Amino acid sequence: MDFSIIFGNAARAAFGPEAVILALAAIGLNVHFGYTGLLNIGQVGFLLLGAYGTSVSVATFGWSLWAGVVVGLLLSVAFAVALGIPTLRLNTVMFAMVTIAAAEIIRILIGSTDAIGLTGGPLSVSFDAGAFYDLNPYPDGPHDRYGIGTFEFTGQQLWVITVGWLLVALVTAGVVMLVRSPWGRVLKSIREDQDAARSLGKNVFSYKMQALVIGGAIGGMGGVIDAIKTSGADPNGFRPQVTFFAYTALLLGGSATYLGPVLGAVLFWFLREWIESFLRQIVEEAWLPDVVAEFFDGAEGVISVAMVGVALILLMLLRPQGIVGNRTEMQLDAR
Amino acid sequence: MRRGVVLVGVALIVLAAWAAPGLAQDEGEPDQSEPTVLTGTLRLGFDQFFAGVEITAADESGTRVGQVTTDQDGRWTIEVPAAGDYLVTLNEQTLPEGISLREGHQSTTEATVLQGASRAVVFAVGEAPKGTPFGERAAQTVFNGLKFGLIIAMSAIGLSLIYGTTGLVNFAHGELVTFGAVIAWYFNTSWGGLNLVLAALAAMVVCGLLGAGMETGLFRPLRRKRLWIFQLLVVTIGLSLLGRQLIQLFFGPEPLPYTDFQVQQRWEFGPWAVTPREVVTVVAIIAVLVGAGLVLQFSRFGKATRAVSDNPGLAEASGINVNRVVLWVWVLGTTLAGLGGVFQGLDTDIDPFLGFQLLLLIFAGVELGGFGTAFGALVGSLIIGMSTEVSTLWISPELKFVVPLAALIGMVLLRPQGLFGIKARVG
Repeated sequence: MDFSIIFGNAARAAFGPEAVILALAAIGLNVHFGYTGLLNIGQVGFLLLGAYGTSVSVATFGWSLWAGVVVGLLLSVAFAVALGIPTLRLNTVMFAMVTIAAAEIIRILIGSTDAIGLTGGPLSVSFDAGAFYDLNPYPDGPHDRYGIGTFEFTGQQLWVITVGWLLVALVTAGVVMLVRSPWGRVLKSIREDQDAARSLGKNVFSYKMQALVIGGAIGGMGGVIDAIKTSGADPNGFRPQVTFFAYTALLLGGSATYLGPVLGAVLFWFLREWIESFLRQIVEEAWLPDVVAEFFDGAEGVISVAMVGVALILLMLLRPQGIVGNRTEMQLDAR
Repeated sequence: MRRGVVLVGVALIVLAAWAAPGLAQDEGEPDQSEPTVLTGTLRLGFDQFFAGVEITAADESGTRVGQVTTDQDGRWTIEVPAAGDYLVTLNEQTLPEGISLREGHQSTTEATVLQGASRAVVFAVGEAPKGTPFGERAAQTVFNGLKFGLIIAMSAIGLSLIYGTTGLVNFAHGELVTFGAVIAWYFNTSWGGLNLVLAALAAMVVCGLLGAGMETGLFRPLRRKRLWIFQLLVVTIGLSLLGRQLIQLFFGPEPLPYTDFQVQQRWEFGPWAVTPREVVTVVAIIAVLVGAGLVLQFSRFGKATRAVSDNPGLAEASGINVNRVVLWVWVLGTTLAGLGGVFQGLDTDIDPFLGFQLLLLIFAGVELGGFGTAFGALVGSLIIGMSTEVSTLWISPELKFVVPLAALIGMVLLRPQGLFGIKARVG
């Protein structure tokens, strides 16, 4: 058993593009759920629109990549407004069900055969993200690698994650400024008791809508990074469990904290990949009975996602505020 | 038309059997001397072969690598330059009159071919449904909708009653449905090969025990801890992920059928052509639902359930053992959910996502009827199942699940208390 490989793989996942995407999704959820108390379980819909807005603009309409990025973000914002207008007055559970249903509707429509001409339908869509990689400052020959052991990236990957983590830092700084402002204090007051906020003359609906739009746009950025990273989008990548993973990251790090979602996303991918690599190594070890090895062989991914479920349950039971969270910040209005 | 449906079934089986050697060849040693080809035969049954149909292969970037028409025996072969993924497209315009791709099958499929291998690509063709009168298709979709609605209803009653008595919205309810289907599959195949009827009964018992275990081992202690509503929601989401992955771990990701009642001759009643299996499904579910309805309406347990739903504190004060009522609600709900899973599995084959795919439809049915009532869940689910299936008269079957989801959203917005719920402040 070679632990340097296991830790190398885990570190690569923890700082790779997947973790960037998850971090952005979780920061968006933090604005929704952590600060405003909106239980949005359709966050994946914002990612989907970010990714497909970018991909379809370039692949189908032949626009430039940067125009595509703008379209992706605008679509996320539009989805937030369309979703928010009728639903923000609902209670927690009803709001949650509408968000997951809306995200699923979009996924079904975009992935259907009827949409092949526009979005590629079930065949997925791919485009040329060259405009982004042209700016890559890292030499990217076939043998250029950055890192040590299995913790290494190609030049292109390094460029994606450099931009990605810069974006995460900028967005986090933006959220810090917003939350520390009077605006942020109103959000928290809505989370604690929206009737009290209303009685002070605050327009609760408007604040919730702003939070939904901002968090949705941040999720959309995650989708844009996803599209650029894979040079395309596939409807199967936007199933409801993506939202659940983002919640796991948020709740693991700590809801309603500045660094919680980022820390959570890094830890989420570190642990998932650690478990998968560990199981792969177990399968290769000779000292295990064949039955055990066969059982684990090929099931590494399934087991690591099962562990996500276990993590969610244990977090909620033992430490709902997460690693760096504060329990009093979890006192939501809706019971 | 109806004969056609049976024929198509046969055609598929024949095609599958014929394709098998081709697939096996895929895994063989790559042989440089052999050409790398995509191949197939277009036929229906044993005696109909379609000549002159245009087949095109393109590589992943969309560049065309070959185009052929099928020969006298419906055969076609396209030699491709290298191993890899190809998109194979059948030109539907060139199919003979009255023949089309089967419903749900697309004219383009992806195929991966290895170097020097021959990869079989199957297009499932059948007699075009366009010839069927609208009334007959409508009658058939209404029957399918009834069947689907009943399956949803059976699975939904537990979700609704558990919400009514404890306020818990159980996102893991879909996995209980899958669990029932999978346990019955194990009893049906590897654990003794029970007849499916016995296997279903055994699965119901196991599901009931699981429900009792979840209530006493997890949710009762959690109620005592007075968790926030989102904590409970997230716990059930975690359970749902965990349950689905565990089922996938043991059962595997591929859809599998039960061993009984698979190939059946259709019975014809007027405009309907239904298999005995479907008739039994509908009749059995109606019988079970009527039984459950009678119990909930007239027994002491049923009355106690309604009392607890109405006001748990008051019910407790008037001598009802609330925990025991909730326990039996869990047992009843999970048993019915498991049986619903068996019927759904009989209808579509069993896979780890069976229940999760139904979950949002179950939510839609429960919301439509009004959260917390058994009768509402029943009616709401029937409406959801019916509208889902009947919508395929006008929209593509791929899109049919948009209908119940849209109904869920519409109902939440317009009448959050549901059709039969009592208006209360919901936010």
